[in-house]
Formats: sequence, structure tokens, C-alpha cells
Amino acid sequence: MKKFINDVDLVEEQMIQGMVKAYPQYLKKLDCGNVVVRAAKKERKVALVSGGGSGHEPAHGGFVGEGMLDAAVAGAVFTSPTPDQIYEAVKEVATEAGVLLIVKNYTGDVMNFEMGEEMAQMEGIRVDHVITNDDVAVKDSLYTVGRRGVAGTVFVHKIAGALAEQGAALPEVKAVALKVIDNVRTMGAAIAPCTVPAAGNPGFTLGENEMEVGIGIHGEPGTHREERKTADETADLLLDQILADIDYAGSEVAVMINGAGATPLMELYIINNHVADVLKEKGIRVYRTYVGEYMTSIEMQGFSISLLKLDEQMKELLDAKADTPAWKEIGGKTHG
Amino acid sequence: MVDGKKLTAVLMQISHKMTEQKDYLTRLDAAIGDSDHGINMARGFEAVEKKLPSLADKDIGTILKTVGMTLVSTVGGASGPLYGSAFMKAGVAMAGKEDMDLSDFLEAMRTGVEAVQMRGRAGAGEKTMLDSMLPAMDAMEEEASANAQIHTVLKAGVIAAWDGVEGTKDMIATKGRASYLGERSVGHQDPGATSFAYMLETIASMF
Repeated sequence: MKKFINDVDLVEEQMIQGMVKAYPQYLKKLDCGNVVVRAAKKERKVALVSGGGSGHEPAHGGFVGEGMLDAAVAGAVFTSPTPDQIYEAVKEVATEAGVLLIVKNYTGDVMNFEMGEEMAQMEGIRVDHVITNDDVAVKDSLYTVGRRGVAGTVFVHKIAGALAEQGAALPEVKAVALKVIDNVRTMGAAIAPCTVPAAGNPGFTLGENEMEVGIGIHGEPGTHREERKTADETADLLLDQILADIDYAGSEVAVMINGAGATPLMELYIINNHVADVLKEKGIRVYRTYVGEYMTSIEMQGFSISLLKLDEQMKELLDAKADTPAWKEIGGKTHG
Repeated sequence: MVDGKKLTAVLMQISHKMTEQKDYLTRLDAAIGDSDHGINMARGFEAVEKKLPSLADKDIGTILKTVGMTLVSTVGGASGPLYGSAFMKAGVAMAGKEDMDLSDFLEAMRTGVEAVQMRGRAGAGEKTMLDSMLPAMDAMEEEASANAQIHTVLKAGVIAAWDGVEGTKDMIATKGRASYLGERSVGHQDPGATSFAYMLETIASMF
């Protein structure tokens, strides 16, 4: 696998440095590690901290800024950051209003963030957390670790971030984060794998005519493999599972068509063309659509569809001002 | 039986083993996880290795705790908190001890394994590192209660650990990233169970 890198051991650090050099007005890097925080700390608000393995750019550092996150912690590629890094991030952005950790439901992330949270609490910092689990490809049962947190997590960053920016208290910010988690569902598919730089080989292989359905954001296997289908057929396959999971009938939704890293916008728009038609046919009103790369999987060729069922509060917070490297919202839009 | 000097020598060998098996563990992980277990373990133990020279004259508890904290802050993923918690809790159990005898060693190991169960909220039969840890512990405690010598005890542990590793092939994963595969995880050997078996095998080779 060819890559434009210098040294596999420096991938994460050089990526973070490059990001900070591109957006000094938004971001600064902490000296202690691969943690990015807002260039100017905002006091008197609940601070939002998220993160996870690297390789999901622009997540999570790209969403640090006004109206979204206060800090993002980047682990090694596809590997959770460590508790000491999470603790440093929390300590840096903590305010008297408290800190909310937004964690994707992966065994490693949950354990590391849990240990980081315990360390911060021992220092007297008020910290709470939410765990995102929007991936319908994984069954949520007593016999699994539960659904994975994937692209829908970005909606949690946006909506909880907007409420925190308005000065809401920690329990309210947590409540709205949980409301988004309850109402967002995602599923993805891929036709070509990705390669972790340090591993050097693809994490899985797919035949020329195969696709992995329900794939996770680390290229981990999904529900099954089948013969590659057209954009419309694949979108139907994913939408069917999403729509079967919660009742969207008659509701308004935000749609995210998220590219996995090597799927061109051209294809993402083709997919959205069909998704919009299907939703209209089913009487589901699309309030906002986001097409692009939000939560990637290095250079995986794939995409995911997320549907967030909205209410008035979530609509307003979705449209509230955000100014970050990867999500900008002018704010003050009228609904509709 | 084991003082700080011996313990740091054992840890040095474990580090070499992790580097030696880095690619193999990563390949096992590629099949059912996210292909980083070997890379992460090797990185963690390389960091441990750097600290060992300054630890040889410390007590057992301090050495184990330092190893645990180093693993937690360098391994990442799920293995970092799991192995890290194991060493840290074992260190607490051995606090202030200058020397470990066989019963101390087993107590430290059992405490570590319990820490893994607690942090991972997992038990036997879930296709995790516990599936080599738990049978190895049972086998060692059984041998020790029959007054066996350290060498015999460890040998029994190593055999049980590798049997446990073999057993993970038939299991459906219900914890960790492999659980997303469900039945497709059957037929694959668990990388975490494998890294523990290598660890115990390395310890046994030094007695």
C-alpha cells in the first residue's frame, strides 16, 4: 500500500501538527501529546471532549471550535487514546460547569475514557460521559458489547456542542446528547479496505465483486459479505436496516452521507440522490442533508448513511452557529 | 524466589517475546479485530524495557505498578487498560515486598486476572485473554496446592494457557471488537489470549 507518509511512528503527531498549522485560529496542540484544544479556551460553559483512534479525519480534531468540541484526543491509528492523554485534555479544558466526554462505543475507547474520567474525578474535576452507539449493523444484546459508535457521533458533537455554547448546565447538555444518541442510526458498506500505516497490509480483503455490508469505521467486518451492488441497491440495503430500527414515519430527519476516505463526492451525491427519493416516498421529511467526509476510515472505499430523527430543540441546535475546521454553520437560519 | 532484579530480568524477556511475536499477534488480530494487537503490545513493552534499568533495586510492588502505568499510557486500545490494570493491581497486592515466593506470585497473578475481569466486564468463554488466563490460574493453583515446585507449577500453567488459546478457536466472541463478527469469529484464535500465553511461557522459561 502506497502512502504519503514519512515514518509510521510519526503519522499521528505529524498529522496533528499539520492540522494545527492549517487552523491556528481554531486549534492548538498540547505539549503532552496528541491532544488538540480550542485556540482560545472558553470559560463558563460545559466543556466537550471527544476523541478516539486516529484515521477518522476530520474527526475528531476537525470538530474542535465554537459550537462543537473543546478538545479532541487522538490515539494511534485505529487505537484508543490512553487514559493519561484523556486526563490531560479534560484538565486543560475543564471549567466549573464541568466536562462531558463523548465516547464511541468500542471496548478500548470505553475503558480508556473511563480510566481518564476516574483520574480527572480524583482531581476534583466534574466529569460525566455519554457513549454513542448508532451502528445498526451490530445487534444490541446481552451477548455483544452493543452497537458501535460511528458517524452519527458527529451529530452528538454538533447538537450537544451548540447547547453547551449557550451556557446550559452539564445535566442538560448530557440529556440532549443522550437524546441525539437515542434518535440517530447509521449503517455503512465498503468495497475496498484500508491499511493501518504501522501494519502495512490491509486489515481485510475483498474480492473484485464483493462488498462488506455493515462495516465499522476501523474496517472491522460488518454483518455479511455479498456481491457488489449498484449505489441505489446498496443504499436501499442500508436504509432498510436503519428504518427498521426506529420508527421514522412522519418525522423530520437530518441525513448524513459520510464518505469513508476514498469514496469521491461524486458517488456520495449519487447515493444521496436515491436516499432523498426513498425518504420522500416514505413520507419522511428531510430537514438537512450533510454529504461529505465526517468520520473516515483512512482510505477505505465505502460510505455510511446516518438518519437523525429531529425535534424542535435538535433542529434549532443543529442550525446554531458552529465555527470549526470541518463544520461551519452561519447560525440564525430560519427553519425549513 | 523472585527479587526485583529477577523480576526486571523476566520483564525484559517478556518484552523481547512481544517484539518477536509482534507480526504474528497482529495477523491474528487482523482476522477478527483491528490488526494492531502485536504493534500495541510491542510498543508498550518497549516503553517498559526503557524503565527497567532504574527499577531493578525497587520493591516488587513498585516495579509491577510502574509496569502497569507504563502499559496503560503506551499500549492504548483495549489491551492497554486490561494488561495495565492487571499489573497495577498486582503491584498493589505486592506493595512493599522485596521478594516474592510461590504463593505471593500466585496471589499477584490472581489479583491481576481479577482486575482484567473487572475492567473488561468479562468472564470465561467470551473469546478474550481471560480464556488463557483463567485456566492457567486454575492449573497453577491446583499444582501449587499439591506442593509442587515453581517449575512444575508454571509448566502446568503454560500448558493450560495454550489449551485455553486453542479453545478460543471454537468460541463465538461476545466481548471486544471480535464480537462484531458474531459466528464469523469461530475458527479464529484470540490474539489477547495468545499474548498472555506467550507471557506466561516466557516467565516459565526462566525458572
